[in-house]
Amino acid sequence: MVNAVNSGHPGGSLGCVEYFVALFFSVMDRNDEFNMDGINEDIFFLSNGHISPVYYSTLSRAGYFPVDELSTFRKINSRLQGHPTTHENLPGVRIASGSLGQGMSVSIGAALSKKLNEDDKIVFSLHGDGELQEGQNWEAIMFASANKVDNLICTIDYNKKQIDGSLNDVLDLGNLEQKFKAFDWEVISNVNGNNYQEIESALNKAKTLTGNGKPIVIIMDTEMGNGVDFMMGTHKWHGVAPNDEQLVEALKQNPETIKDY
Amino acid sequence: MTKFKNLGNVDTRSGFGEGLLELGKENKNIVALCADLTGSLKMDAFKENFPERFIQVGIAEANMMGIAAGLTIGGKIPYTGTFANFSTGRVYDQIRQSIAYSGKNVKICASHAGITLGEDGATHQILEDIGLMKMLPGMTVINPCDFNQTKAATKAISKINGPVYLRFGRPKVPNFTSDSIDFQIGKGIKLVEGNDVTIIATGHLVWEALEAAKELSKLGISAEVINIHTIKPLDKDIVLKSANKTKCVVSCEEHNIIGGLGESISRVLVNNFLCPMEFVGVNDKFGESGTPSELMEKYGLNSKNIIEKCKKVISRKN
Repeated sequence: MVNAVNSGHPGGSLGCVEYFVALFFSVMDRNDEFNMDGINEDIFFLSNGHISPVYYSTLSRAGYFPVDELSTFRKINSRLQGHPTTHENLPGVRIASGSLGQGMSVSIGAALSKKLNEDDKIVFSLHGDGELQEGQNWEAIMFASANKVDNLICTIDYNKKQIDGSLNDVLDLGNLEQKFKAFDWEVISNVNGNNYQEIESALNKAKTLTGNGKPIVIIMDTEMGNGVDFMMGTHKWHGVAPNDEQLVEALKQNPETIKDY
Repeated sequence: MTKFKNLGNVDTRSGFGEGLLELGKENKNIVALCADLTGSLKMDAFKENFPERFIQVGIAEANMMGIAAGLTIGGKIPYTGTFANFSTGRVYDQIRQSIAYSGKNVKICASHAGITLGEDGATHQILEDIGLMKMLPGMTVINPCDFNQTKAATKAISKINGPVYLRFGRPKVPNFTSDSIDFQIGKGIKLVEGNDVTIIATGHLVWEALEAAKELSKLGISAEVINIHTIKPLDKDIVLKSANKTKCVVSCEEHNIIGGLGESISRVLVNNFLCPMEFVGVNDKFGESGTPSELMEKYGLNSKNIIEKCKKVISRKN
């Protein structure tokens, strides 16, 4: 997908594959048909909208729209905009994201809506680690615990990299686990997000912790560009597309790929 | 000339508070959010009657806008309440992405708009909010003129599906519209019939426009007064029909003349036919501390200024 239009964000997308597969195909209790209100089903929000390639790939495989449509990614007249949006009515997407730091507030609103509707299903959300530098997140983190938003499971994609370099060099987040604990969240940490069993079991554990008066966060350690050796261990593949040769090389390393690239 | 009676001075924000309370009784999907200004926004009654549907977010407006966007997923109709400055400029990107671009049914309700907020000064007196909001695709922008109209507007916006910016104010101003008028979003109201000049006003300046028309009639000038409460979508028909008749227009608003109602009217006019137009509004300045009436005087927003601009625009005809 990213190679075809020579633009997009492969690094973060590859780092979150296992999370998306576990969430959409194992953990979430979701309906087959898309309905914006998502009543009586688990729903998901992507806050770090730039990892749209893995999100779109998952949504299509989950049956929300044809897999063939992935080839329109970032092209004119496509429902698959560079960053996800509801504007083009793409089934599966409930909010626009891309401008960072807004998804947690939205997820809290949707979680409160579920409570008001006496709907006992769960709201899941995914956030980048660099995105936590946006102050709105900390307004949301404070609000969620103070208001006992306990039907919310946020996951942080903790790959410790952002566009300008390593997270610690750009703006150190400090001890993320202690910060969430200080804000009175239930924290699940030391989860290898690139190990399918580990992330699936962390998500299932988080589900058992809902309804206890605390919002839940999974701090998921990931490797940006996971599965492609030349993309791993560097921040340089945050928003750079692989060329044709690099694509061939990357696919060679992932023989089980399902060809929706 | 049609006469309008002041039924008593009341703040428009109280119209919002009463409308919100009635809506809460009528529709269980109405949810109110406030950023630590419950009393200022007159949301106390809603809070007392529907505590489970009142969300206090604290001093965190960005979070409030995001939560409001999320609440719509599941069918809620959120009304956010804070000052106009903190409802728009402070949270522009949250509104742009999570509400407007996402097409969410959020009602952004903004009090203390304009310069008549008074003594708090320019940090709190936003004069750019209409412009900011009307530039967002799909955003409806409403600025009612008195208590009754604000109350009616508060209720009417719940009936349309989509984002709305509802702007009202702090000072006690004449309440003169009928409480039995059906509020029609996007429809201007001709308050006074006239032939020599069209005065198109919004918000607090509608009363000033009526006062101006009364004085002008004593001078033998017949002014038509139109109340535009919905700045977007603008009622082009009422503007063009009146301008065709009087051949000159004066716009009046408690806002920067850049980006406001007058600018929208001038676009409609130049797209159709040329006629002289004058603008009553704040001329690209920040406000300052003072009483509302002192500020209206100093920044050229009262009936005296409207009369001057009417005379000037009439002299520019032909």
